[in-house]
Amino acid sequence: MIKINQIHKSYITGQNSLHVLKGIDLEIEAGEMISIMGASGSGKSTLLNILGILDSYDSGEYSLDGLKINRLSERKAARLRNKMLGFVFQSFNLVSFKNAMENVALPLYYQDVPRKKRNLIAMEYLERMGLTEWAHHLPNELSGGQKQRVAIARALIGKPKVILADEPTGALDSVTSSEVMDILQEVNATGITVIIVTHEHDIAMRTRKTIRITDGNITEIIIN
Amino acid sequence: MFEIDKWQEIYSTVRKNKLRTFLTGFSVAWGIFMLILLLGSGSGLENGVKEQFKGGATNGVWISSGQTSLKFKGLKTGRQIKFTNEDYKSIKTTVEGYDHISARLFLGNKLISYKNEYGSFFLSPCHPDYGFIKEVDMIQGRFLNTMDINEFRKVAIIGEKVKATLFKGVDTIAMGNYIKINGVLFQVVGVFRDYSRNDDEQKRVYIPISTAQRVFQGENVINQISYTTGNATEQEADLMIKKSKAILAKMHTFDVEDNRAINVWNKNEEVRKFKALFAGIRLFIWIIGIGTIIAGIVGVSNIMMIVVKERTKEIGIRKSLGATPWSIVALIMQEAIVITAFAGYIGLVLGVGLLEIVSKNMPPSDFFLNPSADFSVAVSATILLIIAGAIAGFFPAMKAARVNPVEALRDE
Repeated sequence: MIKINQIHKSYITGQNSLHVLKGIDLEIEAGEMISIMGASGSGKSTLLNILGILDSYDSGEYSLDGLKINRLSERKAARLRNKMLGFVFQSFNLVSFKNAMENVALPLYYQDVPRKKRNLIAMEYLERMGLTEWAHHLPNELSGGQKQRVAIARALIGKPKVILADEPTGALDSVTSSEVMDILQEVNATGITVIIVTHEHDIAMRTRKTIRITDGNITEIIIN
Repeated sequence: MFEIDKWQEIYSTVRKNKLRTFLTGFSVAWGIFMLILLLGSGSGLENGVKEQFKGGATNGVWISSGQTSLKFKGLKTGRQIKFTNEDYKSIKTTVEGYDHISARLFLGNKLISYKNEYGSFFLSPCHPDYGFIKEVDMIQGRFLNTMDINEFRKVAIIGEKVKATLFKGVDTIAMGNYIKINGVLFQVVGVFRDYSRNDDEQKRVYIPISTAQRVFQGENVINQISYTTGNATEQEADLMIKKSKAILAKMHTFDVEDNRAINVWNKNEEVRKFKALFAGIRLFIWIIGIGTIIAGIVGVSNIMMIVVKERTKEIGIRKSLGATPWSIVALIMQEAIVITAFAGYIGLVLGVGLLEIVSKNMPPSDFFLNPSADFSVAVSATILLIIAGAIAGFFPAMKAARVNPVEALRDE
């Protein structure tokens, strides 16, 4: 599903150049569930952003589902994110003035799905998350766990092939964290590739494979 | 593009920032309001002046006799020039290009009566063509004709107001009845209405000039010669006037350059002057109005910049979910256009409303009439508003489209 080859990435800030990724090689099969671990500043988030076509890379190769991802126009990148990828963030990143249902339906809006239809689909996904009663609540009326479930529903509604989760449990207590991980495992069970960036060990333990990044290099691959 | 979601989004951002949106909208509304008021006042002034020009063909030329002011061929100044039928005839035969020509005699107000009713009205003896030159609107009967002139008929065409004074009562028919002008009986053959708002123009009585000369004067003197210049261009019309002057100067031995020996009133020239003046005023008004609106646009643009900054995170989320740059541009532009268009429309309505109130309650004035912004002005203002909104939204929208999702979504 994902194949990266000698990916390098540097950030240039003024005079200084910060070499964040120093030649990453990684292959992720379709349907895998892996975690990426590393200290802050190790480059794990940068790697996730490159995988999510939110950021570019300097050299190397990246192919997603057989498609070469290299210097895409913003338009094409947006299309690919919309069709192929689903994002889950630590701070949920729900749109504050839209209710749960509208938030979930948002990716379908960018697929030009008519409003009624996409709201109906959003309701199905919310039902799967057990949030039917909360569909018309604004994000600030939901608990952390509920917000993250809304975010997961939103990531899933576009029928993506890969879910990219950046510290999905970072803002949650351990019970809720475990619930969220249950959901992500269920998602993975339907055949969707799940990639989780985390620094929590017990979260990483619940994935099948953990990739440890240190100073921009993959230092360890653990099969859990 | 105009989907209900976007309306909802605009509504929710507007609701969250009521004061900010109000102040922004206010500057735009004020700009449009002022533009409409200015344009309305301009049109009021124009209508007022146009009204002054009513009642007479716009290509009319009136030549009246005066007093010489320059010495010429040993003749003193201050000589009274007296036109006669000969002058009328020689202009009629020599000058080319006119389509209607008439001589006029000024006899002033005369006592006119019918049975026991009487009044003092302005008697205006003239040729049949004067009906065209003055654009007399007949509401009953006919105007003068050649037979009236040739046969010295005692017929009269009276104004509406004259009829109202002399023929009181609803069922009294003026037509065919005989009125007494200075003791001489004239048959009423027509009733006219004059478009001019001037009351005196309505209180006129037209009679054949030949009859008037014979009955009231006993000589062949006339006071004025007037004609319309037909389809002549400005230059051709000026040439016709010059030729008429030369003829009259030769017949009465005065300097052609003497502007007081005869007075020429060229209505077309006056109309032209006023048209140029009002074109200038309108341009000036648009410049000021657009200037005011630009101030409003800058305001909206500024606010939208802040909006984009505040919504950076949301834009980042949208981009991560698959929003194309264009869809982000559309989002911001639409909001800017909606705010400007809505606020501007309120300004438009208020401006037009105020003009309506003013024009309904204003005491009649000679130089100000019906201040109103017509449909084309409203359409132009609307187009202007949408363009203004688009300009106001463009730069913030471009900024929004350039938002980097990685930076926008960074947790801080």
